[in-house]
Amino acid sequence: MEDEVIKKFLYVNRKAPYGTIYALESLEVVLIGAAFDQDVTLAFIDDGVYQLKKDQKTSVDSGAGMKNFSKTYLALGDYDVNKIYVDKASLDERGLTADDLMELVYEDEDDDYKEKSSISIVNQDELAELMEQQDVVLSF
Amino acid sequence: MLHTINKSPFETNSLETCLRFARAGHSVLLFEDGIYGAFKGTRFESLITDSLKSKNIYVLVPDVEARGMRTDNVIDGIKTVDYAGFVDLTVDNKTVQAWL
Amino acid sequence: MKFGILVNEGPYQHQSSDSAYQFTKAALEKGHEIFRVFFYHDGVNNASRLMVPPQDDRNIVNRWTELGKKYNLDLVVCIAAAQRRGMLDENEAKRQGKDANNIAEGFHISGLGQLIEAGIKSERLVVFGD
Repeated sequence: MEDEVIKKFLYVNRKAPYGTIYALESLEVVLIGAAFDQDVTLAFIDDGVYQLKKDQKTSVDSGAGMKNFSKTYLALGDYDVNKIYVDKASLDERGLTADDLMELVYEDEDDDYKEKSSISIVNQDELAELMEQQDVVLSF
Repeated sequence: MLHTINKSPFETNSLETCLRFARAGHSVLLFEDGIYGAFKGTRFESLITDSLKSKNIYVLVPDVEARGMRTDNVIDGIKTVDYAGFVDLTVDNKTVQAWL
Repeated sequence: MKFGILVNEGPYQHQSSDSAYQFTKAALEKGHEIFRVFFYHDGVNNASRLMVPPQDDRNIVNRWTELGKKYNLDLVVCIAAAQRRGMLDENEAKRQGKDANNIAEGFHISGLGQLIEAGIKSERLVVFGD
């Protein structure tokens, strides 16, 4: 983009998928935003962690009859969206661990071109510090 | 940083999660149904009183009055603002985080 | 100071649009600049010119249109969110082969990039949702 300003954008996701459209439409913003070459971080807190649950099964023609958009998260790495922070306390209180989440990876073009995990499971101090560094916080 | 809360703490955990992440010196604005967290005698009073030791908490008066609640029953230390005051808070803080 | 405003909920069902309106109005009256008001999720429904609220209630769409006219506001409705909810302007209705359109005066439909741009160009982005 022509604009030279690079801002730190944080997307805060605190809602579960499917029950409402927030998760899906939030992801659409992230994908469009990726084209603007800004510094993007995603945070998943509270019920938002359910967005990353693996094995989501639904399609327009089967099951719940809703579009399964979970695969889009797997593509985030290709859009250079690779800073994905998950609140550990939110996982813990839901009886979830890292193994319950989709494996989101990216290719590290700045280092060894190896495939690395985009997900960091962090405690509240780390996440609070991250929030503090942002220029724009978008919550859905 | 300014945090905004628009949900009653009796309905969602937005207030509690917000206060878990808000740091010392940050400001928190309670508005819409979020104002129900601002009053004496609720089960959230101690959480609020405790947070007031390190954070600034504000409540939006038009939303308090609309709901028949009384500003004189607001927990000591919470400051009252109108919409112009809400605007000032967003100017005084570099970022605004809405806890939806 | 330059503000971007994001409205994530529709009219009447939630207070978000009312809060966003009051905030925007107060900011303008204090001499601040509103770079853009972006309507997303069910917020796109705020732009329907077909809403007919009772006489004794506020008219949310007219209120936005009038504020927009007074201050020359950029009121942008997200095209993706609008289309899936049946909100179309004249051009889109024609393009999609639909027999009606419903976007009120003063609003225009555009892409999500307008929201990101509002985040980049504004000094503060304030989100109103539920």
